[in-house]
Amino acid sequence: MNHGAPTLELFGLTFNLGNVLMITVASVIVFLIAVLSTRKLAVKPTGMQNFMEWVIDFVRNIINSNMDWNTGGRFLILGTTLIMYIFVSNMLGLPFSVTYNGDLWWKSPTADPVIALTLAVMIVVLTNFYGIKMRGLKGYSKNFVAPMPFLFPLKIIEEFANTLTLGLRLFGNIYAGEILLSLLAGSLATGFWGHIVAFAPTMVWQAFSIFIGAIQAFIFTMLTMVYMAHKVSEDH
Amino acid sequence: MHVKTSEGSEIGVLFNNLVLGATAHAGLNTGDIIFQLVAFIVLMLLLKKFAFGPLMGIMKERESHVANEIESAEKSRAEAAALLEEQRTMLKEARQESLALIEEAKKHGETQREEIIALARQEAERVKESATREIEQQKEKAVAALREQVASLSVLIASKVIEKELSAKDQEKLINEYIQEAGEER
Repeated sequence: MNHGAPTLELFGLTFNLGNVLMITVASVIVFLIAVLSTRKLAVKPTGMQNFMEWVIDFVRNIINSNMDWNTGGRFLILGTTLIMYIFVSNMLGLPFSVTYNGDLWWKSPTADPVIALTLAVMIVVLTNFYGIKMRGLKGYSKNFVAPMPFLFPLKIIEEFANTLTLGLRLFGNIYAGEILLSLLAGSLATGFWGHIVAFAPTMVWQAFSIFIGAIQAFIFTMLTMVYMAHKVSEDH
Repeated sequence: MHVKTSEGSEIGVLFNNLVLGATAHAGLNTGDIIFQLVAFIVLMLLLKKFAFGPLMGIMKERESHVANEIESAEKSRAEAAALLEEQRTMLKEARQESLALIEEAKKHGETQREEIIALARQEAERVKESATREIEQQKEKAVAALREQVASLSVLIASKVIEKELSAKDQEKLINEYIQEAGEER
């Protein structure tokens, strides 16, 4: 498990090629699922179209539970992409992980704190951006001194705390799941009896990880919309 | 699948995994950040263009379709209700009309009956009158004829009975007197 990372220096940036690979794989899978299920669009939906519509309705409900549809409607595609991308990412590390020459190549991209935090920062920046865009600089600024001016420092801290918790919650859950899976598969399953003993808990933990992955994708999307609602809604 | 890179006891491996896992890659992978951002944004734009955009269009279309259907259903229901109301009033009118017609026909029949009866009565009256008149005439005629015959018969009889005692002139005079008397007594 003490895997290295296949890093590459390019243009002064450090690329973890494992992450790059997994981000690409996750994106391609999400894209394929979404596109293949919307090839034969019909007013009377069939097959996978039903599934995609269910996902969209699910995200629509998340948005509706946080804000007015007139303000929240524009975040539907963001939310749907988020929930699908994070869910697929969480699932990727479950069936197996691949290490090559001591470098970890195949895993959940969300099991990397950098990536989880990148998503979180992106979301928080987006909430602030839409806060300014939809309420104006004045309304946006007023949000920081409401309901009491002395809460201003807390509001500033809240922004960073939101970012950290949003990203680290996702990272922690998925990373912990993968650690335990690799412990079960890699360290416990040594020798014949080890495999026998490790089989049942691995199954159980994988099932639980699927659950965790789905829940985390939902929570991430839900919190995105909660933060967004805080910024863009007139009253909260 | 897993290549164990650390040597040592099982416990040591477990311990190392837990402690070192989080710090497996030291340093900030700035490239990953950029790549993740770009990948996510590109993915979102692609999905919007190729998947969710059309899908939401279809969903909207269905929504409007359903709304239209509901609207048209409501409209046709209202239409049906209006038609029903119209039919009902028409039925009512027809019933009233038919009742009036029957009433009128009855009245008409009544008057006709009375007319016919009156006419029949008149006719009967007339027939009776004419019959009475005829009877009267016949009677008078008969009486006249009878009177004549009786006179001549009487003369005949009387002349036969008292042929020899009276002249024909006296006899006739006598008989006429008797007949006169008889006619007056009657």
